[in-house]
Amino acid sequence: MEKFTTHTGVGVPLRRTNVDTDQIIPAVYLKRVTRSGFEDGLFAAWRNDPDFVLNQPAYAAGSVLVAGPDFGTGSSREHAVWALQNYGFKVVISPRFADIFRGNSGKAGLLAAQVDEKVVQRLWEYLEANPGGQITVDLPARTVRAGEGADEIVDTFDIDDYTRWRLLEGLDDISITLGHDAEIATFEATRPAWKPVTQ
Amino acid sequence: MGKTLAEKVWDAHVVRSAEGEPDLLYIDLHLIHEVTSPQAFDGLRLAGRRVRRPDLTLATEDHNVPTVDWDKPIADPVSRTQVETLRKNAAEFGVRLHPLGDIEQGIVHVVGPQLGLTQPGMTIVCGDSHTSTHGAFGAIAFGIGTSEVEHVLATQTLTQAKPKTMAVTVNGSLPAGVTAKDLVLTLIAHTGTGGGQGYIVEYRGQAIEELSMEGRMTVCNMSIEWGAKAGLIAPDQTTFDYIEGKPEAPKGADWDAAVESWRTLVTDADAVFDKEIVLDATTMTPFVTWGTNPGQGVPLSAAVPSPEDYADEGDQLTTRKALEYMGLEAGTPMRDIHVDTVFVGSCTNGRIEDLRLAASVLKGRKVAENTRLLVVPGSVRVRLQAEAEGLDTVFTEAGGEWRGAGCSMCLGMNPDQLAPQERSASTSNRNFEGRQGKGGRTHLVSVPVAAATAVRGTLSSPADLEPVAAGSAKES
Repeated sequence: MEKFTTHTGVGVPLRRTNVDTDQIIPAVYLKRVTRSGFEDGLFAAWRNDPDFVLNQPAYAAGSVLVAGPDFGTGSSREHAVWALQNYGFKVVISPRFADIFRGNSGKAGLLAAQVDEKVVQRLWEYLEANPGGQITVDLPARTVRAGEGADEIVDTFDIDDYTRWRLLEGLDDISITLGHDAEIATFEATRPAWKPVTQ
Repeated sequence: MGKTLAEKVWDAHVVRSAEGEPDLLYIDLHLIHEVTSPQAFDGLRLAGRRVRRPDLTLATEDHNVPTVDWDKPIADPVSRTQVETLRKNAAEFGVRLHPLGDIEQGIVHVVGPQLGLTQPGMTIVCGDSHTSTHGAFGAIAFGIGTSEVEHVLATQTLTQAKPKTMAVTVNGSLPAGVTAKDLVLTLIAHTGTGGGQGYIVEYRGQAIEELSMEGRMTVCNMSIEWGAKAGLIAPDQTTFDYIEGKPEAPKGADWDAAVESWRTLVTDADAVFDKEIVLDATTMTPFVTWGTNPGQGVPLSAAVPSPEDYADEGDQLTTRKALEYMGLEAGTPMRDIHVDTVFVGSCTNGRIEDLRLAASVLKGRKVAENTRLLVVPGSVRVRLQAEAEGLDTVFTEAGGEWRGAGCSMCLGMNPDQLAPQERSASTSNRNFEGRQGKGGRTHLVSVPVAAATAVRGTLSSPADLEPVAAGSAKES
């Protein structure tokens, strides 16, 4: 996994709440057996609408998505994270993420930055008034920043310490766990004999 | 201070716990299907890793498979590749697989319990959010992403922060004709789609205790629909009776040891939940959704809500968008809504008890003109059992389609899809935009409501149906 420190990129205002995983990528797009190529399915239904935010040239190269609360609800499909990454997104900012989506983001290296709902409102207003405007997301400092002068928006975001550390270091979870192999083996030795096995 | 059921099961699986780190949790059973596993096996191959415990892993094909012509090669080449990839991976890594055509094939959350692999006190994961279904047995069961699937394959563990605990107590008995599905839809409308976020929920109280295992699975299945990490129910005699004799259930002295252990899986009297919700089952009625998330539901007897019913500006906008997508006018009685397709099936309501209930309503009746009924059993075993009981004949004589096992129209990944603007009454779990096919409009309903809706062609409950004329039903 690539290390994540600070990212500056075009902000995309997605004025929607409850953006579920079927909206992020419908099931018919989940048939690939690779981790790439899912950008075609990203927001597939909405992208038919010429007015949809990603169809506007100023936002098309966006890398920081700003969405309403309950982003990523529903399915456990990590393809939702891959679709966002394959398209070019590095960060999603929302007041509330569904648990599985947030977990998947942390594992795959997409930063899910949770901010106060008021911050999302201000970012939406800024990005709509300044199409193509950039947002800087600083993981070491846990801040989001956009605009300048009197209009500058600076606020903090929430992310759990462990995920932040892993993103900063670009660490592979499995390698860390395999370092605890002896503890896993010790635990396994204590499991009751009647626990079911599949073979 | 005592422990909640969830805390007992969690604590019994902690391999390693350290300050400032999530717990390392041991996984008793890892279920796998074709959609969320290929990239995980690829990861293992790239790193030169093996599956640590193939004997705690089980794979089946469900999401992508056709429900007709299941004995022929899959027509869609992309779907076929995905299914064949699972077969290759299972063979290469030594994982037991129940492929299309196998007698144990079916929806992963139907297969686990019917094999007896789902047992109280276990930790169960799968790359599927409806893994919460298995919580009905007093297990901690939750959905994971593909990176986590790879992690479990390689280590048989997961790193997980310990969630908070919540009790949902449902007092009293459900009235006749009101099901577990109505109960959980009522709950989700009460909490909203984010209400359970960060919690493992224990469902308890008289109404929950009175549910069959199938009903309990329906409730736990939809835990994810209100954002909960997992949902579980304390095991009791109903649970033990269901498991006993299943192919992979403990036998002989092992059975006695297992039951003795399972009886300890209750929340202690002095345990404290982080949050509690109390509901009254006696006031519950058939419940249906009108919108595009599972929290947007009302009693069947109510009308489509109006954006003006909500004080919050965001809720007004969400409601307006949902009504527009669903093609509904505020104020329309739910019972007046015409339905094109009725889908009975899915990991929520695709078990034998569900099919019996649907058949009991449809027996001697006909599906309405301009309405299509699709009945999809949750597994091959469920299909064969239904056929042995003659339920398939009830469905086909009513004018419905009887299909092979799989996820089917619940998520429209195989050819079973809604056309744009086609409206369904569905016993599945999600009414998201496009969930059952691009532009499709979904109303989530219980099994009796689905069956009655098929007969009248508008959202209905069995109470709305004319009695079956004497002599029109075949004696059985």
